Amino acid sequence: MSRHRNVRSMNYSDEYDGYDDVYGHSVEDDYCMSPSEAAFMYDREGKSKQKMGAFFQTVTDIAEENEGELESKENSLSEVDRARLESCIEQIKQTIGSSVPRQDLVNILLMYNFNIEKSINFILDNPQYKDVKLPEKKDKVPVLSKDSEVSSVKVVTPGPKTTNVTKGFDLAQKEANRLNVTPRSQSPASGRGTPINIQPSSEQNDDVKNFKQKDNKTDVVTQYKKERGGSKEHLYMVVIGHVDAGKSTLMGHLLCSLGQVNQKTMHKYEQESRKLGKQSFMYAWVLDETGEERNRGITMDVGKSQFETDTKLVTLLDAPGHKDFIPNMISGAGQADVALLVVDATRGEFETGFDYGGQTREHALLVRSLGVSQLAVAINKLDTVSWSQERFNEITQKLKVFLKQAGFKENDVAFVPCSGLTGQNLVEKPTENELLTWYNGPCLINVIDNFRSPDRPISKPFRHSINDIFKGTGSGFCVSGRIETGSLSTGDRVLVCPSKELATVKALAIEEVSQQIAFAGDQVSVTLSGIEMQNVSIGYILCDPQNPVQVASKFQARIVVFNVTVPITKGFPVVIHHQSLVEPAVISKLISQLNKSTGEVIKKHPRCLGNNSSAMVEIQVSRPIALEVYSDCKELGRIMIRVGGVTIAAGLITKVILSTN
Amino acid sequence: MKLLYKNVDKEGEGTVGLIAEEPEDMWHAYNLISEGDSVRSTTIRKVQSESATGSSTSNRVRTTLTICVESIDFDTQACVLRLKGRNVEENQYVKMGAYHTLDLELNRKFSLKKQEWDSIALERVDMACDPTQNADVAAVIMQEGLAHVCLITASMTLIRAKIDVNIPRKRKGFVQQHEKGLTKFYDNVMQAILRHVNFDIVKCVLIASPGFVRDQFYEYMFQTAIKTDNKLLLENKSKFMLVHSSSGFKHSLKEVLQDSAVINKMSDTKAAGEVKALENFYTMLQCEPAKAFYGKKHVEKACEAQAIETLLISDNLFRCSDVALRKEYVKLVDMAREAGGEVKIFSSMHISGEQLDQLTGIAAILRFPMPELDEEDESDTEN
Ligand SMILES: Nc1nc2c(ncn2[C@@H]2O[C@H](COP(=O)(O)OP(=O)(O)OP(=O)(O)O)[C@@H](O)[C@H]2O)c(=O)[nH]1
Ligand SMILES: [Mg+2]
Repeated sequence: MSRHRNVRSMNYSDEYDGYDDVYGHSVEDDYCMSPSEAAFMYDREGKSKQKMGAFFQTVTDIAEENEGELESKENSLSEVDRARLESCIEQIKQTIGSSVPRQDLVNILLMYNFNIEKSINFILDNPQYKDVKLPEKKDKVPVLSKDSEVSSVKVVTPGPKTTNVTKGFDLAQKEANRLNVTPRSQSPASGRGTPINIQPSSEQNDDVKNFKQKDNKTDVVTQYKKERGGSKEHLYMVVIGHVDAGKSTLMGHLLCSLGQVNQKTMHKYEQESRKLGKQSFMYAWVLDETGEERNRGITMDVGKSQFETDTKLVTLLDAPGHKDFIPNMISGAGQADVALLVVDATRGEFETGFDYGGQTREHALLVRSLGVSQLAVAINKLDTVSWSQERFNEITQKLKVFLKQAGFKENDVAFVPCSGLTGQNLVEKPTENELLTWYNGPCLINVIDNFRSPDRPISKPFRHSINDIFKGTGSGFCVSGRIETGSLSTGDRVLVCPSKELATVKALAIEEVSQQIAFAGDQVSVTLSGIEMQNVSIGYILCDPQNPVQVASKFQARIVVFNVTVPITKGFPVVIHHQSLVEPAVISKLISQLNKSTGEVIKKHPRCLGNNSSAMVEIQVSRPIALEVYSDCKELGRIMIRVGGVTIAAGLITKVILSTN
Repeated sequence: MKLLYKNVDKEGEGTVGLIAEEPEDMWHAYNLISEGDSVRSTTIRKVQSESATGSSTSNRVRTTLTICVESIDFDTQACVLRLKGRNVEENQYVKMGAYHTLDLELNRKFSLKKQEWDSIALERVDMACDPTQNADVAAVIMQEGLAHVCLITASMTLIRAKIDVNIPRKRKGFVQQHEKGLTKFYDNVMQAILRHVNFDIVKCVLIASPGFVRDQFYEYMFQTAIKTDNKLLLENKSKFMLVHSSSGFKHSLKEVLQDSAVINKMSDTKAAGEVKALENFYTMLQCEPAKAFYGKKHVEKACEAQAIETLLISDNLFRCSDVALRKEYVKLVDMAREAGGEVKIFSSMHISGEQLDQLTGIAAILRFPMPELDEEDESDTEN
């Protein structure tokens, strides 16, 4: 099952099936523990009959809650929102008359987050309001026609005519944006974001243009087909594995064989690495570019490069394997669709990486918890064991068992023997006789080509997580990262969260090639203007101002505890990873301990959480962060919890707690 | 802290005269003074005086005042204790009952009168006046783009500087921005060390980070020191010590203080002792949960059963303004000691004290298991 499949026609059982496996089984069978410890372990029997029920249940619960919330929302709106509501109702009445009951209008508007256009569309499409007609003269109203004309836009948008009405709250809003807490986040009812609309009169023209673009976005699927239909599918692949497994060498050699690195450069690397006495790292230098990395022969941050297979355009993310750089690895893995796990077949080395505390294990668990479900395993350095089939089988068997427990489906995992240093079985059939005697499967490049490209959630509201901030060539500065959902065009205005500042997209580029539009799944560099570079940090989210993400410093999450040396109590200081964001946080409350398979509450307010338990907890972050509930947006609803350099739990955000003061 | 005199009678009522000599002492004073105590010290007061012609002038006079404390505010940066309260002693400039804010500063004599000096308060005076307790350590805890420069004294961990900058990541073909960002970051950290670390007092500077950040930084700092001929750094080079930590966040200090090399070098400091004690508690909770409890209700039960082997309690709990509640905690400590238990009073200004505060502020390791406690819902700890 791929990361983004089934988004539109979401089928819960399918979607959660694979996922729950991670949580359901986790890896307890493998973690050795002393008998005395085992006696205090909760819930040991849960492991054998894991079912997807657990997650399924919480998630449906959440959906129901949200629906119920709609009624009587009006009363609990903040003043700002109420003012906005009034002005929207006013405008709708101007457009379609007042035949729709006010209460209905309120609900519809809230449902569409004050988006007048969508609300009107809803009313017009709904048989319940069949008497409602657009006034005769205005048959060119943009609501109905795809190619709207700017002249009529004012009918449905807070155009110049209504600015006076809305000015009051606009100002208030603007001021509130300076602070981290807006009136919106104080209003208890606004479970979902309301649009943030800052429209100083000088920028009104801009806004009108924007609305035209927004209009086009309803047609984003068509546009996606038009833009991308003809070209190869884009795939993002993260390369993971224990330190020194040969990830960078393997990828460097692959790029070289595919002609992505020119001979002159390669020759230079060979010469220079020899000078340092590190000639065996010459291929790794393709991806390890900083001086530190080259001197030490260790990848420290994710290296990025691109190559093509028969049917795909692959962006590879070469993650560092060293334990201390797992935060970087997580930010890379968070942007990937699929993963390539590299293991060192050398005797003793595979074992080190696969032991407890080895990164073969932690990386695999992490990518699975981050939503990656397809995995290829490169059994590397087979040259060091004279291409022994026995060794290959031994490793494959061990990994199969583990990966299944980690939540990967057997069909979604492929194994391929290779050597990154000698280049065997990378892009061509092997030439090594010892290997040929027993292997006639695909080579690495074919395995990569066989990955299924995930569906991209392009029609959801726009979200982009910032992974890097740097100076571009021209004016302004760039932020790069992955578009998690939706699409983005040049000229769009975006809201930067959690600081809630507006910015304008000056330019877009994918792999240094400039673009007019980019879609979910793409890793883009966005040139921003209208905002200071210092006011943006890694881990911030860019989103659609009409449909912003939530911002909070406290939330509830359902977590599954992996292997911990000491139990988790309330007050436990942890580090949370949310997309590229790394923030210190505290587990502020243990709400309940859950049965791992059924999701049932076993104990309220447990004193502590031990190995392999599952629980609902409250987490307090040191400052507000941008986030989403998992059921609304999977990409922004996942967190990893780490302590002292070890991943102790993975969680799904179930509820955002807005501060009330 | 210098003790000038101590007149405390058998009932515990009395006055103690003290001079705070070091920043650390202000913290002790903060923990000693409670609302309702009387404090006497010199202060500056603005006085309005009317001349014969009727025009009024205001001038500042130095006078000695005694106030009954109503609120206490500790400014860790300026190292000043602000006490606000009413004047309780006849004074030529200030009327009885008038409000005044006394700023207790370093090296200013003050006397403190309490209705009741309990064991915790008396112990605090002894601890404050023990000169062997001074071992100042500076720690720089960092990761790429984030650094905290802290000073660790016996009972305080003070963050003196936080450097939080964005370093562009490495990108294909553009590593210069990354390397430039890194150099600038190291420079910022180095400046912060020079500004905040007093090498006359500090015996040891710990530099902790994941990966190679500490090594890179150390190299950068001393190369720069040689280039700029910075004698101060070069002379103190031997005081630096590189340690591993999993992140540059403040709470990773805990890992640093547990590092065996650090423990050897620093010998027994209060900060490290507290980290160890809390760690023991968690280990017990993992191995034998029926012998580790937290929360007032559970710990009180365990204390009644004389089961407490080690009591961990945050000094935060003794600073509460509710006199009755403070008494309960004092009683708990006294009882646990009588029953042969060890009591560790954590400083809430240390990393592990902060964590203990989050964990209800009170925890205990027991001598024998009390599984029956587990059955009860510890409702007062969940709120
Ligand atoms: N014999 C042999 N050595 C290999 C092979 N692949 C990599 N190596 C060696 O293994 C060492 C580590 O290679 P890297 O590519 O840097 O490993 P890595 O997995 O990228 O390491 P990190 O990124 O630091 O986690 C180098 O000395 C390589 O030459 C292989 O197939 N055979
Ligand atoms: Mg590498």
